[in-house]
Amino acid sequence: MKLTLKIWRQDSANSKGKMQTYPIDGIEGDMSFLEMLDVLNEGLINKGETPVEFDHDCREGICGSCSLQINGEPHGPDRMVTTCQLHMRSFKDGDTIAIEPFRAKAFPVIKDLIVDRSAFDRIQQSGGYVSVNTSGNTLDANAIPINKQDADSAFAAAACIGCGACVAACKNASAMLFTSAKVSQYALLPQGQVEATERVENMVRQMDLEGFGNCTNTGACEIECPKGISLENIARLNREFLSANIKG
Amino acid sequence: MSVLDSKVPKGPLDQKWTAHKNKINLVNPANKRKIDVIVVGTGLAGGAAAASLAELGYNVKTFCYQDSPRRAHSIAAQGGINASKNYQGDGDSNYRLFYDTVKGGDYRSREANVYRLAEVSGNIIDQCVAQGVPFAREYGGQLDNRSFGGVLVSRTFYAKGQTGQQLLLGAYSAMNRQINRGKITPYNRHEMLDLVLVDGKARGIIARDLVTGAIERHSAHAVVLASGGYGNVFFLSTNAMGSNVMAAWRAHRRGAYFANPCFTQIHPTCIPVSGDHQSKLTLMSESLRNDGRIWVPAKKEDADAIRAGKLKPTQIAEADRDYFLERRYPAFGNLVPRDVASRAAKERCDAGFGVNKTGEAVYLDFDAAIMRYGKEKALISGQKDASDTEVRVLGEAIIAAKYGNLFQMYEKIVDENPYKTPMMIYPAVHYTMGGLWVDYNLQTTIPGCFAAGEANFSDHGANRLGASALMQGLADGYFVLPSTIGDYLADDIATGTIPTDSPEFEAAEKEVTDRMAKMKAGKGLHSVDYYHKKLGKIMWNKCGMSRNEKELNEAIEEIAALRADFWENVKIPGDINTKNQELEKAGRVADFLELGELFAKDALTRNESCGGHFREEYQTPEGEALRDDENFKFVSAWEYKGAPKDAVLHKEALVYENIEVKTRSYK
Repeated sequence: MKLTLKIWRQDSANSKGKMQTYPIDGIEGDMSFLEMLDVLNEGLINKGETPVEFDHDCREGICGSCSLQINGEPHGPDRMVTTCQLHMRSFKDGDTIAIEPFRAKAFPVIKDLIVDRSAFDRIQQSGGYVSVNTSGNTLDANAIPINKQDADSAFAAAACIGCGACVAACKNASAMLFTSAKVSQYALLPQGQVEATERVENMVRQMDLEGFGNCTNTGACEIECPKGISLENIARLNREFLSANIKG
Repeated sequence: MSVLDSKVPKGPLDQKWTAHKNKINLVNPANKRKIDVIVVGTGLAGGAAAASLAELGYNVKTFCYQDSPRRAHSIAAQGGINASKNYQGDGDSNYRLFYDTVKGGDYRSREANVYRLAEVSGNIIDQCVAQGVPFAREYGGQLDNRSFGGVLVSRTFYAKGQTGQQLLLGAYSAMNRQINRGKITPYNRHEMLDLVLVDGKARGIIARDLVTGAIERHSAHAVVLASGGYGNVFFLSTNAMGSNVMAAWRAHRRGAYFANPCFTQIHPTCIPVSGDHQSKLTLMSESLRNDGRIWVPAKKEDADAIRAGKLKPTQIAEADRDYFLERRYPAFGNLVPRDVASRAAKERCDAGFGVNKTGEAVYLDFDAAIMRYGKEKALISGQKDASDTEVRVLGEAIIAAKYGNLFQMYEKIVDENPYKTPMMIYPAVHYTMGGLWVDYNLQTTIPGCFAAGEANFSDHGANRLGASALMQGLADGYFVLPSTIGDYLADDIATGTIPTDSPEFEAAEKEVTDRMAKMKAGKGLHSVDYYHKKLGKIMWNKCGMSRNEKELNEAIEEIAALRADFWENVKIPGDINTKNQELEKAGRVADFLELGELFAKDALTRNESCGGHFREEYQTPEGEALRDDENFKFVSAWEYKGAPKDAVLHKEALVYENIEVKTRSYK
């Protein structure tokens, strides 16, 4: 396959970036998108140019490192996959592919296609946990039976990989899907009940402080989410937030 | 006496850990506030250790090269975590988990450590449930279990095929609680480049801020290395792209002995290599062997026809299939340990029965399980005379509920539907049992330098059983280190903050910057990946699933030559004082080029076959591994002396008092 890549290049957080064009040849359908970029970089290095930097690690769709806005869509055209799981067979010979970093005020660019997603960590730090010591002096794991449906729903929410596609997909750059997934995981489990009020208040406050936009329920986040995190979680967060406010 | 003192407590096996905890020194809560601990790596072992140590009151600094602790490669563990809860009432116990693990490791692990692991395993599950980890449950609300290789009970807890993710997010949440309290300071996008010793004790690290390129000094009273394994020495492995040996190797160069480097796990069920562009391999969880049957065509002409694309696996009659694991190992069948399954697959492929283009793949077939589950579901939902098609639909839904994400992953990569045609799998490098030598307290041979999780060597011997890595990482991090590190730190309550302007820090920083400058000064002939791929080929061909004296000797020569070439000719674009991913990779590959040679030397020294280490010269007439307990029942611990070929071997004799050492049989 022969392709034309248009890639965002930016030296550092403070420098100005621009799109640059790179023709590339010899791409096979069973290469992953990131392997295609490896081929590009190997070529650039051999030509004495600086390779394109991008975040990636596990390359099996679970670590959440890889990002990339591909032809305007987070993680590219396929559904339910991350960029590292996107294969070149999803493209055709002669295609032009635009590759940009995830765009959001709360995700400043570090270099080329790499953005700073530490805002997500800070949201989790503000309340995304159960305050239980790890000393081992806890109840037997089977002492509290949990309804299978709730356990499964909690798992589905907890499957979020924190990649930020939801933010990149949202016209307001809202982090509601991400935040609500964590709030939901605990809201669905008995272990999370004790701190439910503070959790939702603290996490929502931190989300606002980080400069994420508001949710207007367009649902783009759910469509682009590589793990299929459902919009129901946002509804659940709103209920939790409302009831926290009433409890005051 | 050997220089290696394992510090295993005296007394009966099942009382050692309790007695040890009762006797070791403690640090009082007020004094813990005066003590700093560095944790390198934030996977299950590092994340759990950081959270627990911070909770106890120590001041913790964590380091990870990823942009968030949550992305450590523990996240990719799929199948599950073992614990001897005996919730299924199938006869499980601490002793049985201990026994299975020692046997699975082919009698090359330390008895007392493994028993402790089994002893705390149940507590891990309690802890994780309390944290809100959403394990799979049965309809009655109780936790569900499944079975893994090398055992005869169901003791594996799981969260679909994403158990590692859920456990890591649990540890990350415990870390977040401590970060929020100011007890952990996280240094993300940072890489440890050296260990700093002051008066013979580990007192800090030199790290690089991967965003700014700044070299930083960080001091502490103890350093915990939980930096994972070194499988990426093979270039292609199931490890993450960034997984590396640097932290452990730098500690090795500073005096920590490296144990059993040649004990590597080649996992039987990975997606086969598709071409030269491939950057990594993807595992298909061992849990699939609960329901999948492994086979190749029984007739060579069928295998040839399949490779030529003239025949489909579904067209081969039942009688013409060779379910080689079931044939060779009737007692354990498809659930033999990983080393055994991998070698059996390689044997069939080498004999010409492989089923993909390159002849390096076997089938993992779910058809029987789909029909079995489908029939059962049809019966309990009242469809007594369901057609095969109806049964298949029901069965596929059950398989999807169990392994949906793995099937989806397979389909995305291979572009075939594994519900309709068998998966193709082949062994790939997955886990390294070897690592830094540690005593019972998880302390390396450098005082104050501890190693946890995959980075140490202690619990898995020559082969790790499935679902045991998560167990060991969390056991080390949540329960073992927080106790044993206090024994060491009790002497440091009056030490005060370790200064970073000492000559030792100065010298270590200079070594680091000189090394980077030397790398950058390479002639620029070849990229870092060029060297990494070459190293990987040598490792896979000569130090892989089967090894022999001649090729190991060649590997040692070839790796040394490649290393010299690397230092002379590597090309690193860009500036070293900024974000530079090629520079990051170069540092890691430079260390792999040293480790690889030690790996080959270790394999050459061990004149026996055991677990994942298979020496062609030492096998039974049936092709099974031939262990030599008389001469090799020891841990190899290598001392750094400059070039890897000059490393000095120290032996820790393995003593089995509670288990009869016998030939491992899964027949």
